[in-house]
Amino acid sequence: MTQRLRPPARAVSALSCIAATLLATAMPAHAAEELTLYTTREAGLIQPLISAFSAQSGIKVNTVFVKDGLLERVKAEGARSPADVLMTVDIGNLMDLVDGGVTQPVKSAALDAAIPSNLRGADGQWYALSMRARVLYADKSLPITSFRYEDLANPKYKGKVCIRAGQHPYNTALVSAMIAHDGEAKAEQWLRGVKANLARKATGGDRDVARDILGGICDVGLANSYYVGQMKGSKEGSDARKWGDAIKVIKPTFGNAKSGGTHVNISGAAVAKNAPQRANAVKLLEFLVSEPAQALYAEINYEYPVRKGVALDSIISSSIGELKVDPLPVAEIAKYRKQASALVDKVAFDQ
Amino acid sequence: MSAALQLDDVRLAYEGARGLHTVVESFSMSLDAGAIGCLLGPSGCGKTTVLRAIAGFEPVRAGTIRLGDSVLSSVATHVQPERRRVGMMFQEYALFPHLTAAQNVGFGLKRWARAAQRERVAAMLALVGLADAGERHPHELSGGQQQRVALARALAPEPALLLLDEPFSNLDAATRERLTAEVRDILKAAGQTAVLVTHNEAEAHTMADHIGVMHNGRLMRWAASVRPTRDNG
Amino acid sequence: MTHLRSVGAAWRIASVAIALGVLAPVLSLAWLAVGSGLAHWSHLARHVLPQASLNTALLLTGVGVLVLVIGTGCAWLVTACDFPGRKVLHWALLLPLAMPTYIVAFAYLDLLHPIGPVQGAIRWALGFDSPRQFRLPDLRSMPGAIFVLGFVLYPYVYMTARAMFMTQPAHLMEAARTLGATRTGAFFRVALPLARPALAVGLSLALLETLNDIGASEFLGIQTLTVAVYTTWITRSDLAGAAQIACAMLFVVLALVLLERNGRRHQRFGSAQRMRAIQPRRLHGATAWLATFAAALPVMLGFVAPALYLVWETIKRLRLGTGISSGLVASLGNTIGLAAGVTVVTVAAGLVVAWAVRNQGSLGNGARWQARAAVLGYALPGTVLAIGLLTPALAFDGALGSLIGHPGLPLMGAGIVLVVACAIRFLAMPVGGIEAGLARIPPALEQASRLLGETASGTLRRVHLPLLRPAIAAASLLVFVDAMKELPATLLLRPANFDTLATLLYAEAARGTYEEGAMAALAIVVVGLLPVMLLARSGLSVQAEAAR
Repeated sequence: MTQRLRPPARAVSALSCIAATLLATAMPAHAAEELTLYTTREAGLIQPLISAFSAQSGIKVNTVFVKDGLLERVKAEGARSPADVLMTVDIGNLMDLVDGGVTQPVKSAALDAAIPSNLRGADGQWYALSMRARVLYADKSLPITSFRYEDLANPKYKGKVCIRAGQHPYNTALVSAMIAHDGEAKAEQWLRGVKANLARKATGGDRDVARDILGGICDVGLANSYYVGQMKGSKEGSDARKWGDAIKVIKPTFGNAKSGGTHVNISGAAVAKNAPQRANAVKLLEFLVSEPAQALYAEINYEYPVRKGVALDSIISSSIGELKVDPLPVAEIAKYRKQASALVDKVAFDQ
Repeated sequence: MSAALQLDDVRLAYEGARGLHTVVESFSMSLDAGAIGCLLGPSGCGKTTVLRAIAGFEPVRAGTIRLGDSVLSSVATHVQPERRRVGMMFQEYALFPHLTAAQNVGFGLKRWARAAQRERVAAMLALVGLADAGERHPHELSGGQQQRVALARALAPEPALLLLDEPFSNLDAATRERLTAEVRDILKAAGQTAVLVTHNEAEAHTMADHIGVMHNGRLMRWAASVRPTRDNG
Repeated sequence: MTHLRSVGAAWRIASVAIALGVLAPVLSLAWLAVGSGLAHWSHLARHVLPQASLNTALLLTGVGVLVLVIGTGCAWLVTACDFPGRKVLHWALLLPLAMPTYIVAFAYLDLLHPIGPVQGAIRWALGFDSPRQFRLPDLRSMPGAIFVLGFVLYPYVYMTARAMFMTQPAHLMEAARTLGATRTGAFFRVALPLARPALAVGLSLALLETLNDIGASEFLGIQTLTVAVYTTWITRSDLAGAAQIACAMLFVVLALVLLERNGRRHQRFGSAQRMRAIQPRRLHGATAWLATFAAALPVMLGFVAPALYLVWETIKRLRLGTGISSGLVASLGNTIGLAAGVTVVTVAAGLVVAWAVRNQGSLGNGARWQARAAVLGYALPGTVLAIGLLTPALAFDGALGSLIGHPGLPLMGAGIVLVVACAIRFLAMPVGGIEAGLARIPPALEQASRLLGETASGTLRRVHLPLLRPAIAAASLLVFVDAMKELPATLLLRPANFDTLATLLYAEAARGTYEEGAMAALAIVVVGLLPVMLLARSGLSVQAEAAR
């Protein structure tokens, strides 16, 4: 007899209606100028910058926050990728994008003028937009005024060090810098020394270093500079404020004579290889290194601007102050990253 | 070894919504060692409750239950079921599904020596005519076979008293007749004191030496049974 | 087993397509792993794998023991005894299902921190001023991780054990006691062995969840295989290496799946008739209160403490005047929308597979592989699944885009790839539940319907679907709750401007800012609570059926 295919047919027609509706809404509703930004930075940090850009230029920015896998996502999307600008944190991640072939070179006088040459790609494939230093958080009562990164392995700090996972990009970048300065053997020795000094497992976030110092778990730790501003600038009585008030900040330097500077990492951006809106993409980058935007980076995010002459946030000024940046070209750090990561594994730092 | 059973003025009740609800009242009976008694009555008359009280699963609200020289249940004392040396056959077989027939039979023999255990299991299985079925699981046995294993299992630890809770009601008529007679022979040969509960008169007369008729929680009559003939029915 | 032929090609093809869809990520992953060569492998094998495997093994063992003890113990307690609070506790013991593991880790890290409330209270009681004078061991350790995961995942064992104990005939225990076994002896020699198949199923589910967990393990500093996959990929940008570890993990997954299958196979121990269940024995005095305490403890630790913490943190934030951002509200909407969409798609797909597989019984076991493939999706950790799915999905999306003239990636942009990933991940639940439901419908019903002139698909609609309603409802609830908590696949596959509560929370916790994290976490728990309670109240009776 004839098949009464009602149930499957009904289901199929229902599904196609749903599919069609979804596809229709996914089609670009093209009218005003647009731009698609793929970023690994959290909304809270860059939303003010984006809003300022949209207000000034009239270009609408669609943002995709990708916590991990930015490279894989863009690569897999291939030629049809809607991404225009790729924004990320950590030089290693940025260089991965370039090496992965998903960026394109840009020629812009404004960008070249604003950003020092050691903080951008020679061929315009990538640009740093802000800096952050890896500094020492210490218990307020500790009698310490200067510090070298190498000191962290000193046995006098046994059981007193807190730090986040060794495999975290912020830390592997530091280790890469150390390899670049002193060679792999010394770096491995340092890692073993620090591991022996750990007060608790290398895990958590940078702010947990401050929290654990307040909690008496440890006395010192390495963390990023912008958290200092965030914590000390929090509302009176909030947890973050208590943590911030419990610490003081020292700018560590590399012991290596050639250096004597503080390790920094960057947040940066590149124009995507298959960007449908290339011109708008460059406009966004140029905006982000302009004075008002760089001031926003400093005030809202407590970061160090790449552009010279832009004032620091007051809390950062008073707690940390101006940096003597490690002169190592930032791209060098990326070169040793895989080795650094392998060392962290070898030493079983995170176990 | 088998012992004599004595119930004196036993009262059984359960805790309902509005306090104690009496199920069995002023129940007295006595059974000599080696004799087979039967409680006969319709469902709801309380006969199964009496059996469960003898086994130790229901507390006694008044009166005493004695087995041999010891008091099993009274208002003041309650011996736990595992210590009473009372064996039981259930209406729904109750063979442990995850154990073989032999393991079932040997379940209550944990404190015996290994060799003695094995001997006893073999002997009991042979007694019920299932000598070669030891390695089978319950779901591989027929209803009648399962009840035989249940009997073997209950008798294996040499209980002082055996209780049978309508053990044949789930079997077909032919098997029931055959099994009833066989079980009586086995019990008599072993000199086992036993109490049977059933609603089937023919079964009662075939199996038991004494029959008590129960109605609404009371024992109406406790008398010697009359072996059935065509006329008595 | 009915030998009526299936309804036709439509169902069969659909079922095969779904099963292949589930296998696609696995195959793509294997291809990735093999294609990159062994360069990374030696480093991984020497430095990463041994420790990660050891950690995973320790974690699985510890969690396994803990969930078995808690789940089985509480299930038996609640079945065999009556004590104050039992009526509430017997379903409340399921509440930790509403708590994602990462939220509980995050809550306890705060609660048990030296400057947190618990240690503060202890210090006050002992007269210490500062954490530097007195401090408990850190939660960020293997015992800490086992504790957190054990107290959150025990409901999987509790659920199946309780269903099993509830249907165990009372006279089995009584028979054991007439044979000289004490109550404890009867439990270990009769009730427990009979419940073993159910325990195996519950245990394998809990262990799969442990294996999949990334949030809690990462926060607590435990390098499991899943964490190793993630960090190898992210920090070393070594996708191939990550794929290789993921493939190694699949062996563990396979072992757990076999454990679950083995458990189900031995379920023919159930008896044929419906019998008098165990009557709870009323406890008195101190024993009763001890029982209440023992049964309440897992609920307290696994649900109440973290939930209260979240409520307290939310109140604190609101009082500080930071308010609720529109981002939080938007992500709430996204979460519910995603979960609803995933539920509809997954349950529909599950119905197709279960129906097609069942109806092909006459073709022998050839069709069963589709149902087995469904289980594989659940066993794959979310990260692994997302990575594996990325390549084939985007290739398909690109082809589709060029076909309909869309310049970008239509499916990805609309979030359809994400829905597909979640559907693959959760397919096992409706397939298993509906399969069990179908098995309980007597073949006589179907035969009667066909003899009265109804076609196979008509029978499905008029006879089976109404009877399957409890199974479908239970499966839908489970999928909805799990989809709401889903994290790793969402992180990778979400479209533009799309945040769920889980991704919001994770970003906050990873950064160490807890401003909205607690509120997002509370929202996840609250929205997930209703289905869990519905499931607990009614589902236990459904489970009782399903356990047979």
